[in-house]
Amino acid sequence: MSTASTDLTRLTAADTAAKVAGGEVSAVEVATAHLDRIAAVDDRVHAFLHVDRDGALAAASAVDTARAAGETLSPLAGVPLALKDVLTQKGIPTTCGSRILEGWRPPYDATVTARLKAAGVVILGKTNMDEFAMGSSTEHSAYGPTHNPWDLERIPGGSGGGSAAAVASFEAPLAIGTDTGGSIRQPAAVTGTVGVKPTYGAVSRYGLVALASSLDQAGPCARTVLDTALLHSVIAGHDPMDSTSLDVPVPDVVGAALRGDVKGVRIGIVKEIGGEGFQAGVRQRFDEAVEILTGLGAEVVEVSAPHFPYALAAYYLILPSECSSNLAKFDGVRFGLRVGEDDGNPSIEQVMGRTRAAGFGDEVIRRIMLGTYALSAGYYDAYYGSAQKVRTLIQRDFAAAFEQVDVLISPTAPTTAFKLGEKLDDPLAMYLNDVATIPANLAGTPGMSLPIGLAPEDGLPVGLQIMAPAMADDRLYNVGAALEAALLDRWGHPILEEAPAL
Amino acid sequence: MSDTPSISRDDVAHLARLARIDLPPESLDHYAEQLGVILGAVAQVSEVAAADVPATSHPMPLVNVFREDVVRPSLTNAEALSGAPSVEAERFRVPRILDEE
Amino acid sequence: MGSPDPRGGSGAVSTQTTEKVLPYDEVVARFDPVLGLEVHVELGTVTKMFCGCPTEFGAAPNTQVCPVCLGLPGALPAVNAVAVESAIRIGLALNCSIAEWCRFARKNYFYPDMPKNFQTSQYDEPIAYDGYLDVEVETDEGMTTFRVEIERAHMEEDTGKTSHQGGATGRIHGADYSLVDYNRAGIPLIEIVTKPVAGTGKYAPEVARAYVTALREVLRGLGVSDVKMEQGSLRCDANVSLRPSPESPLGTRTETKNVNSLRSVERAVRYEMTRQAAILADGGRIVQETRHWHEDTGITTSGREKSDAEDYRYFPEPDLVPIAPSREWVEQLRATLPENPAVRQARLKAAWGITDFEMASVVNAGALDLVEQTVAAGADQGAARKWWTGELARIANERGAEVADLPITPADVARVEALIGEGALNDKLARQVIEGVLAGEGRPDDVVASRALAVVSDDGPLLAAIDDALAAQPDVADKIRGGKAAAAGAIVGAVMKATRGQADAGRVRALLLERLGVTEE
Repeated sequence: MSTASTDLTRLTAADTAAKVAGGEVSAVEVATAHLDRIAAVDDRVHAFLHVDRDGALAAASAVDTARAAGETLSPLAGVPLALKDVLTQKGIPTTCGSRILEGWRPPYDATVTARLKAAGVVILGKTNMDEFAMGSSTEHSAYGPTHNPWDLERIPGGSGGGSAAAVASFEAPLAIGTDTGGSIRQPAAVTGTVGVKPTYGAVSRYGLVALASSLDQAGPCARTVLDTALLHSVIAGHDPMDSTSLDVPVPDVVGAALRGDVKGVRIGIVKEIGGEGFQAGVRQRFDEAVEILTGLGAEVVEVSAPHFPYALAAYYLILPSECSSNLAKFDGVRFGLRVGEDDGNPSIEQVMGRTRAAGFGDEVIRRIMLGTYALSAGYYDAYYGSAQKVRTLIQRDFAAAFEQVDVLISPTAPTTAFKLGEKLDDPLAMYLNDVATIPANLAGTPGMSLPIGLAPEDGLPVGLQIMAPAMADDRLYNVGAALEAALLDRWGHPILEEAPAL
Repeated sequence: MSDTPSISRDDVAHLARLARIDLPPESLDHYAEQLGVILGAVAQVSEVAAADVPATSHPMPLVNVFREDVVRPSLTNAEALSGAPSVEAERFRVPRILDEE
Repeated sequence: MGSPDPRGGSGAVSTQTTEKVLPYDEVVARFDPVLGLEVHVELGTVTKMFCGCPTEFGAAPNTQVCPVCLGLPGALPAVNAVAVESAIRIGLALNCSIAEWCRFARKNYFYPDMPKNFQTSQYDEPIAYDGYLDVEVETDEGMTTFRVEIERAHMEEDTGKTSHQGGATGRIHGADYSLVDYNRAGIPLIEIVTKPVAGTGKYAPEVARAYVTALREVLRGLGVSDVKMEQGSLRCDANVSLRPSPESPLGTRTETKNVNSLRSVERAVRYEMTRQAAILADGGRIVQETRHWHEDTGITTSGREKSDAEDYRYFPEPDLVPIAPSREWVEQLRATLPENPAVRQARLKAAWGITDFEMASVVNAGALDLVEQTVAAGADQGAARKWWTGELARIANERGAEVADLPITPADVARVEALIGEGALNDKLARQVIEGVLAGEGRPDDVVASRALAVVSDDGPLLAAIDDALAAQPDVADKIRGGKAAAAGAIVGAVMKATRGQADAGRVRALLLERLGVTEE
C-alpha cells in the first residue's frame, strides 16, 4: 500500500487526472497518498503552513462522487494542489507568512481559489512564503524557512519557496505561486521544477493579498511543462472583480505544450542578463540548452535590452512604494493581530504603531519605509516617477526585441540554491537573485522557468527562463516543451529523480 | 552613480511615523544605514529617466474598465466581524482615537 | 483638498472658547474677503464606488460591507459605471471640461474609519475641471449675478462612521474607545472645489450660501444625489481668507468643516470673517487650520493645524485602470442633462409672471421643483408658491428638514387647492388637511374623510345650528331683526364654533339673515 501511495505522488498531474477520470484510482486515494507524503516529509521540508486534510478529502470525495454519477470531469479534477498562503481560501488560515495575519480566516475565496475548486482540483493546504512575498529565499517567513528538497541546508527560492518545494518533494504535483519579481520562476529554478508567471492580467488578482499591485501575478507551478499548462488554463481568464484583468481569450497553452516544436522559432539571448555575477555552472547549462534549441531547429540570436540593467533599481522603488500603501490596511482594526492595548491607556494610533512593529518582520518594515520615502513629497519625481519612466524604457526594450525574435531566453537566476542564512543580512545581495526575472514583471510580459540540468560544481538545479510578448504565453509552453523533451531524452529520466530521497 | 542620498536617524523616525510603525529607538540607526545603502543603489534610475520618457503606471494599456451599478451580496455582519480583534454592538471596537492628529 | 469626512461633529474639541470678533460693517470696510468652497456630494448610486454593496442609508451596522469596502486583504476595487457617468454629468452641468484621460490615485493616511488606510480619490487628474456656476444674490443694486469658478470635480469614496463611547457626550475628545461601522465606507463622493472666489465684498456670506443653494439645485436637477445636507449627502467645507484690499495677495485661509445647512454656510462664513478680522485688526496672524462650525453657538473653533508634515504620498492607483471618456460618450451624457437651472428659472419666472425676488425666494426655499410640479398638477402658481414657501417651509424649518423631505407631495398640495376652489375646504380646514397629510394620515381626501373636515354645505344642519345660536342669544337675535346686520357676526361665530369651523361662514351669514328676514344694507 505504501508503495502504491508513493507511486501516486510521483505521477504527473496529467496522468493523475487521467487515472482518476478513468476510474483507475480514486481522487480520495490520490489525496490520501499526498497527505501521507506531507506527513512523512514536511517536518523536514516545511513547505506547508497549514494542511487542510479534511477539506482536501472532502473535495476529493466530491470528485469521486461526480465521477460515479457519470459527470464529465474537468481536466485536473482530483489532482492535489498546494496553494501559496498569499491567496485567500474561505475559512482556511491565510497568513502571507506574516505574524500580523496569524489566525486570520478570510470570509471569501480568491478568484483563483474559486476556479480551482470549480475545476475539482484538491487543495491540500497553504504553502510557506517570504512574508508578504518579500524575499527570494522563504527565510523571511514568520513561521520559519522552507528547506530545499535537493539539500535541506539550502533555500528553496522565494518568495514562493513553499510551493516550489512542495512540488519538488512530491507533496503535490501542482502548486500556485505568485510572482512579483520572480517569486514563481526563481524558486522553480532552484528546485528543479517548472513555474510560469503569466502575462499581467491573465490570472485574476482578486483575493491575492497584494504586494505590489502593478507587478503581482499568480501562476502555475508543476514538475512538467504540460502540467503547468493544464493548471494555467484552469486559473487564467477574465475576472470582472479585478479591473486589471485582461478580457481576452486565454492562449492555447495546453496545445502549445503538447506541440513543443521550435523549428523556425526565433530565440533571442538577452545580452544584458547572464554575464558577471552568474555562477559558472549556471552559464554552462544555459549554453548547453542554447545548443539543444539550435539543434532542434530554432534560430538563436543575441539581442540587446539596454535598459534591463536599470530594472532592479526601478523594481526596488516601484515595489516598496506600492507595498507601503498596500500594507497600510494591516492595522489591527478589522482583522489580524492587535498588540499593545493593555499598556497604559493607549490611543488607536499607538496601538496601530505597536501592532505593525510587532506584526511585520524586518524585510517588510524595510520595504515599507523605503516606499514611504520614495513616495514622499519632494522625492516622488526622483524616485517613484523616475522608476516609472524606467518601466517605459524596459517595455520599449521588450517591444524592440520582440520585433526581432519570438521569445527571449536567459538563465532564471544567477546562482543555484544558496545556503540558508547566507544572504539574510545583506538585502542588496538578496535582491540580486531577481535580476533576470524582474524585467518581465515591470513590462507585464510572461515568463517561464524550467530545469535544464544540475550545476557541475554543486549538483544543484539550474533554471532557464523563457520570456514572450504580452498575451503570447503559449510561446513559453511551446519552447519549454520542446526543450524539456530534448533534455528528458538526454537524461533518460525527469531531473527530480536525481534529487536525494527525503 | 548619482549622489547617494543619506538617511538620518531622524528621517527614519519620520518615515516610521508616516508608516505607523512604532520602531524601537535602538533600531533607527540600523534602518538608516540599510535604507541609505539601498537608496544609493536604486538612485541610478534617474540616470535614464529623461524628461521626454513617459511614466508607466500600469503594465497593460487598459482604460475604461467599469462595473454595472448592480448590487452584489454583502457579507453578513458576523462574517464582516469574524476576523476583528475586538467587537462591540455589531461594530469594530478600537481604542480611543486621538483628536484629529 | 479637504478630507472627505466632516469628522467635526465628533472630532471637535469639547471646550469652545469665545474669540474676539469685529463688527461686520467694520470687517467689510477694512478687508476684502476671498472664499473657497469645497462641496462633497454623496451620489445616489445603487451600489458603492468600488464594490457592489448597497448604499441605502440607515441599515444595521456593518451589514452593507464586503471584502472590498472593508479593505480585507486580497480584495480589489472595481469602478461603478454610474458613478463615473454622474461625475461627468455634474462636470458638464457645471460648465467644466471633461478630462480625456484621468486616473484614480491613492491618498495615504491612517485613520480607523478608512478601511484601507488610503482613500481612493483623484489627485492631479480630476475627471472634470475649469467650470463655473453663476449665482444670484440680492444686493443694494438689486439682483446681481456672481460667477463662481469651479476648479475641479473629482471622484472619491466616503469613509466609515465612528461613534465614540464613554467620555462626555459621545465626543472624540475624552472618549474611552470608539466603534466603527463601515456601511458608509466606499459610498461614491464627488468633491466639487471652487477656485478662489473674490470680488464679493460684503456679500461673501450670501454668495457662499447662494452657491451651495444653486449647486444643490443643479445636482437635484441631475438626479445624481438626494443632496440632503442634514443627512450628510451634501457637505460643505468653507475656506475663508481676508486681505486688506482686492489688490493685495491672498491672505492665510482657514477651512471650516461641519457646515451642514444652507443657513450655516452663510453664518459660518460671516463668523469666520469677523473672527479673522479681529485678529488682523489687532496686528495678529491667521493660522492656517481646520476649524469646526458649531450650529448651536454659531461660532467656529480651532481643529487641527495644517502642518507641512502632512504628506499623503499620492500615487496612481495601480488596482484601477485609467478612465478615458470618449468624446462620443461625453456628448451622449451631455444630451441627458436637464435644462440649465438659470434658463429654467427665467422660463418659469416669465410663465408665472413673478418677480426676480419671488423666484429667488422659491429657489432659496429649495421649492422650485415642488412648485412647478404643483402647478403641473393643476394648482395656481400663486397658491402653490404660497404653500411651499409659506406654511410648508415654516414646518420644514421647525423640523430642521428640507421642504422636499416633508411627507407631502405636489399632488397633495394641488388637491388641497382644488378642494378650496370647490368650496369644500376653507383656509383653516386646508391647513388641518395639510397637517393630517404630514402626520401620515393619508392623502388629502383621506384626511378630509377621517377627520370629517369638509365644509358643511348641507343647509339643514346649518339652520339647526343657527336656531340653536339664536335661542342662546335672544338679545342678539333681536338686534339683527331690528336691522343691525352687523350684529350677525356673533351668531355666525357661534355657528362656526358649533360646527368646528367646518361651515362656510358666508353661507351661514346668508342663511341667518334669510331666517330673520333681514337684508344687507
